[in-house]
Amino acid sequence: MKPVGLLAIVVAVYPSSRLVAQDTSAVDRGVRIGILYRPGVRPGIVILTGRAPALDSVRTVMARDIDYSDRFELITLPGSDSIRLAAPSPALGPPPAAGTGTGKTSGGAASAGGLNYPLYQALGADFAVAVTPAGADSVVVTVHDVAGGAVRREVRSRLPPLTDPGFRMAVHRLSDRVVEATLGAPGIEATRVLFVMDGKAYVIDQDGADRRLVSSTDHAAMSPAWAGDGRRFSYMEFWQGHGRLFVQDVASGKRAPVATTGQALDFTPAFSPDGKTLAFSRAIEEGTDIYTVNIKDGCCLQRLTVGRFYDNLSPTYSPDGQRIAFVSTRAGLPQIYVMAADGTDQQLFAPFDYGATGSSNAPEWSPDGQAVAFHRDVAGTLQVFVLDVRTRAVRQLTSVGRNEDPTWAPDSRHMAFVSDRSGYRQLWIIDLETGRIRPLLQQSGARLPAWSPRLPETAPSTP
Amino acid sequence: MKRLPLLLLSGLAVAAVAACPGKKPETPAPVSAGPDADSLARAQKAHDDSMKAAQDEADRRAREDAERRQKTADSLAGIGRTTDAVKTILGTMIHFDYDKAIIRGGDAAVLDQKVAILQANPALRIRISGHCDERGSDEYNLALGNRRATAAKQYLVSHGIDASRVETVSYGEERPIDPGHNEEAWAKNRRDEVDILAGGDALKQP
Repeated sequence: MKPVGLLAIVVAVYPSSRLVAQDTSAVDRGVRIGILYRPGVRPGIVILTGRAPALDSVRTVMARDIDYSDRFELITLPGSDSIRLAAPSPALGPPPAAGTGTGKTSGGAASAGGLNYPLYQALGADFAVAVTPAGADSVVVTVHDVAGGAVRREVRSRLPPLTDPGFRMAVHRLSDRVVEATLGAPGIEATRVLFVMDGKAYVIDQDGADRRLVSSTDHAAMSPAWAGDGRRFSYMEFWQGHGRLFVQDVASGKRAPVATTGQALDFTPAFSPDGKTLAFSRAIEEGTDIYTVNIKDGCCLQRLTVGRFYDNLSPTYSPDGQRIAFVSTRAGLPQIYVMAADGTDQQLFAPFDYGATGSSNAPEWSPDGQAVAFHRDVAGTLQVFVLDVRTRAVRQLTSVGRNEDPTWAPDSRHMAFVSDRSGYRQLWIIDLETGRIRPLLQQSGARLPAWSPRLPETAPSTP
Repeated sequence: MKRLPLLLLSGLAVAAVAACPGKKPETPAPVSAGPDADSLARAQKAHDDSMKAAQDEADRRAREDAERRQKTADSLAGIGRTTDAVKTILGTMIHFDYDKAIIRGGDAAVLDQKVAILQANPALRIRISGHCDERGSDEYNLALGNRRATAAKQYLVSHGIDASRVETVSYGEERPIDPGHNEEAWAKNRRDEVDILAGGDALKQP
């Protein structure tokens, strides 16, 4: 039986160069397979599941997650049957011996636990992931180190029914565990992106599924921003010309206006990493300046910048909470500056040539602290740039169409942004390491994305 | 008019009959009927005259009332027309260059009209909203729209308008009046709008 599966394999060279606007959701229909292990290239991974409908969905979602992580070469086989040939099929029955029984016997035996390691090695897989049912409401995910010929990790996890709104997020979490087990660091699978469309705030899974409205429909919303714990987010709403800030709880969907705001135009909220403080921009007749407010106690409004004849706006905290990058028009056009979190020591952050460099806006500090992404006017359109915090070198990331409002994934290597490269403005995701770009949401008018941190286990997938 | 000679004739005839002796008790009444007929006629005339006068008076009054009502209506309409005209002038938008919040030379005259209207209508309070085109950054445009609104307010205040009568807001690029993606649309969208907050029911022309 196994040779039959192998005969059907089609070999394709994985394009290592930059892929522009590739819709990689086609991967499941694909016949792409890396048969040779090439050192230095991303590890190959194969996902094996049983035949149950829920497991098919698990495999689909997990395969997409793994693919979108841009850290693996996902190995798929022409027919899904051939995958199951390799792993003793759990089918619909009780948990098989494959995943569960063999895990601890990781001795390096070539086909320990029924998994044909040499076969998968020949297919180019460095890792094989077997998903098997465990009881009515759980699965066991076994991550095999194919090269090492051993089970690397075994994770037993509850899996809600396919019809449960929490199903997808549960699979995303499993994908995260797989990434962590193979690469040592968690992925970005269990994350979501907030954005604005038609004056309303929405949230969407990082793989582009499960879009949901999160703001009220009575007032136009702008500038959503996550709290560092992923349990809350903030956004601004227009209330008769004023800009009011709200903090909303993800789990309950309940929101509360931020104290001390309401009678001014407050916008671009940004949580401090400890979640106690909200920095924001406030436009009054003097101009726009950056303030902070203690959202834990609902008090203590502080003004960080004083620019009578220029504007300061769009604060973003460094992940250690010590500094705030922001936009200032003190030199004429808006450019990226930085200051201590208490407003002192304000200085230019992203260098520019006076009179030559275009307006720079929308800074967001990367979660690893090493970079600040922003967009800059280049020849009348906007492009995404990245500032290296240590060297203060600025690198242009995009060049096709208009690209703006970058937001970092928690891995600090993926970024969502708005681009009109397809003809209309929509959300895209770029992997900074491979240059691969994929659409997050193929819908016109989506803007102002904000990528969540890794979402906590307790946050339900629906409000 | 014709009835009068007839009455006189019949009066004479009655008098002639009365002159005959042996006549019945009706006579005294007819005897006095002569002068009574005259007075009746006079009374009738007076009555008719007074009725006519009253009618004339009523007609005059009605005419005057109608005239007065028309006059009031006319003057109300006039006020309305003035208010509308003033509102139109007050609502005239001013426009800006790309990424600028400086009042253009031509728009100073537009703002001068608003100064005059505000001075002529002390109860009037307004709100200026600043708007941007879609080219700049979404969030930066809120700050830019704020600059544009306050630039207009500062102009009004520097020309003697009390700052408390003018509110400013910014909508950035969130409320375009022209959804197009070309310079013509952008030029229209880079603007200040003026709305009346209070005191706009009856506006005087300056």
